Amino acid sequence: MSDLDDLYQEVILDHNKSPRNFRVIEHADHKAEGYNPLCGDHVTVYVDLENGVIKDISFQGSGCAISKASASLMTAELKGKTEAQAEILFENVHRMLTGEGDDDASANVGKLAILSGVCKFPARVKCASLAWHTVHSALKGRSEVASTES
Amino acid sequence: MKAATEIPSQVRAFDVAAIRREFPILAQSVHGKALVYLDNGATSQKPQSVIAAIEHYYAKENSNIHRGVHSLSEQATAAYEKARGKVRAFVNARSDKEIIYVRGTTEAINLVAQSYGRGFLKAGDEIIVSAMEHHSNIVPWQMLCEQVGARLRVIPISHDGELVVEEFRRLLNNRTRFVSITHVSNALGTVVPVKEVIAAAHDRGVPVMLDGAQAVPHLKIDVQDLGCDFYAFSGHKMFGPTGVGILYGRAELLEKMPPWQGGGDMISLVTFEKTHYNVLPYKFEAGTPHIAGGIALGVAIDYLNGLDWPQVMAHEHELLEYATETLLEIPGLKIIGTAKEKAGVLSFVFDHIHAHDVGTILDQEGVAVRAGHHCAMPVMQRFGVPATTRASFAFYNTKEEIDVLARAVKRVLKVFG
Repeated sequence: MSDLDDLYQEVILDHNKSPRNFRVIEHADHKAEGYNPLCGDHVTVYVDLENGVIKDISFQGSGCAISKASASLMTAELKGKTEAQAEILFENVHRMLTGEGDDDASANVGKLAILSGVCKFPARVKCASLAWHTVHSALKGRSEVASTES
Repeated sequence: MKAATEIPSQVRAFDVAAIRREFPILAQSVHGKALVYLDNGATSQKPQSVIAAIEHYYAKENSNIHRGVHSLSEQATAAYEKARGKVRAFVNARSDKEIIYVRGTTEAINLVAQSYGRGFLKAGDEIIVSAMEHHSNIVPWQMLCEQVGARLRVIPISHDGELVVEEFRRLLNNRTRFVSITHVSNALGTVVPVKEVIAAAHDRGVPVMLDGAQAVPHLKIDVQDLGCDFYAFSGHKMFGPTGVGILYGRAELLEKMPPWQGGGDMISLVTFEKTHYNVLPYKFEAGTPHIAGGIALGVAIDYLNGLDWPQVMAHEHELLEYATETLLEIPGLKIIGTAKEKAGVLSFVFDHIHAHDVGTILDQEGVAVRAGHHCAMPVMQRFGVPATTRASFAFYNTKEEIDVLARAVKRVLKVFG
């Protein structure tokens, strides 16, 4: 498979076309905005927590196929996880996307392994990580806009 | 009268292949495909003579200018000042003292905003820019507005990406103190009717600055004919090195403007009681400049002067027309920026495919384009798109490269079904 086919896999194209949890959660108890100043990608993530467990999670925004699919996959994966589990996943996904750490970073990220092709496209890593920076920010309850530059 | 032996330029063919051989980088491959470089709006490639000039300077002439009595310093000073003369002739300024070396267009605009702006603008004054400016012709003025309490006014653009000149006339009033607009839009390619703008502003005694970063590589610039008060451009977009650019300013204005940065070279006498500033152009040139860059910029100008400009412009016009026709055949592709007069830029979008995805797939085909907001977010907002894919041309591009671009764009459609 070429690098490009690796990047734009069927699952990613599908999540881009029909993103899951692409909606607003009214009165969500956690919410954050994410912005990638490099390309203008913009995402808002909504989270409802119950006893430290992510009961509902959704997103809205505009961006490229990679950022949209990544956000969609993320919401699907995080639903039902605890805050602590979400943080560990955040770390693992980040390692997989940047190609840091052991080769097996993708083994610890479940279905999100589909995004592992991104690490061959350094210019696109921030597209894939935007939603993750944003959810991180939402869970931390930070009010400022999350940026891929921080 | 032309000499009888001179062959009219239209008769000779424009030899793109020969020109391409002068640009070593163009022979490269990317991802195993021949490089198709269509990101000239971001930066242009350099001819061998420019590359050689930089090497020659560091190998044979390197020393600091305007200060040594030794031979190398004299040589470097002479070469640097000779290049200033070439720039002066290139834009037809009256005098070398009107040619200020800067780092690039951005620094030139910041210089004028801070020196002229802080020197002569006050609370309530108005500055006019247009809706198609690069961030570098917006933000320095916003900073000035915050500092002095002035107000920024914006000339709207039409759906084709043309400046609405009538609206500009309406914005001009007795509070207007400065106008700064682009000559050619980097995101849309629009050639702005700057002479009309300058005439209207000058009727009210308002000075005009032009951002010429995208104009210089495509048009013949004559600052006296344009009648502008300031003209800014970058070396690296006109086949010269990065890190060097030019601010042209009318001497009368530059004379009365306070210095911007303080340091060496911009002074004539320093004591702790009082410092006397140097004469033009040095008053605005604090610190050791990019000497190699200035010299190499002069060599880039030599290169450009060696080209047949009517042919260059005809070739670029043909490229743009061909690219427009070819890309419009692709289903769903929409061109952003359809002004009657355009230069060198073709920005396009698809409804459901983001520019970044287009850019990545094009890169896999060896095609280098810019995908994003082109440092002109207000332009993106005006057209209601998050980003565009921009192909920008230089005279060394070919119709065959545009065919490659079109095939690559069709591959994007295939990936996205």
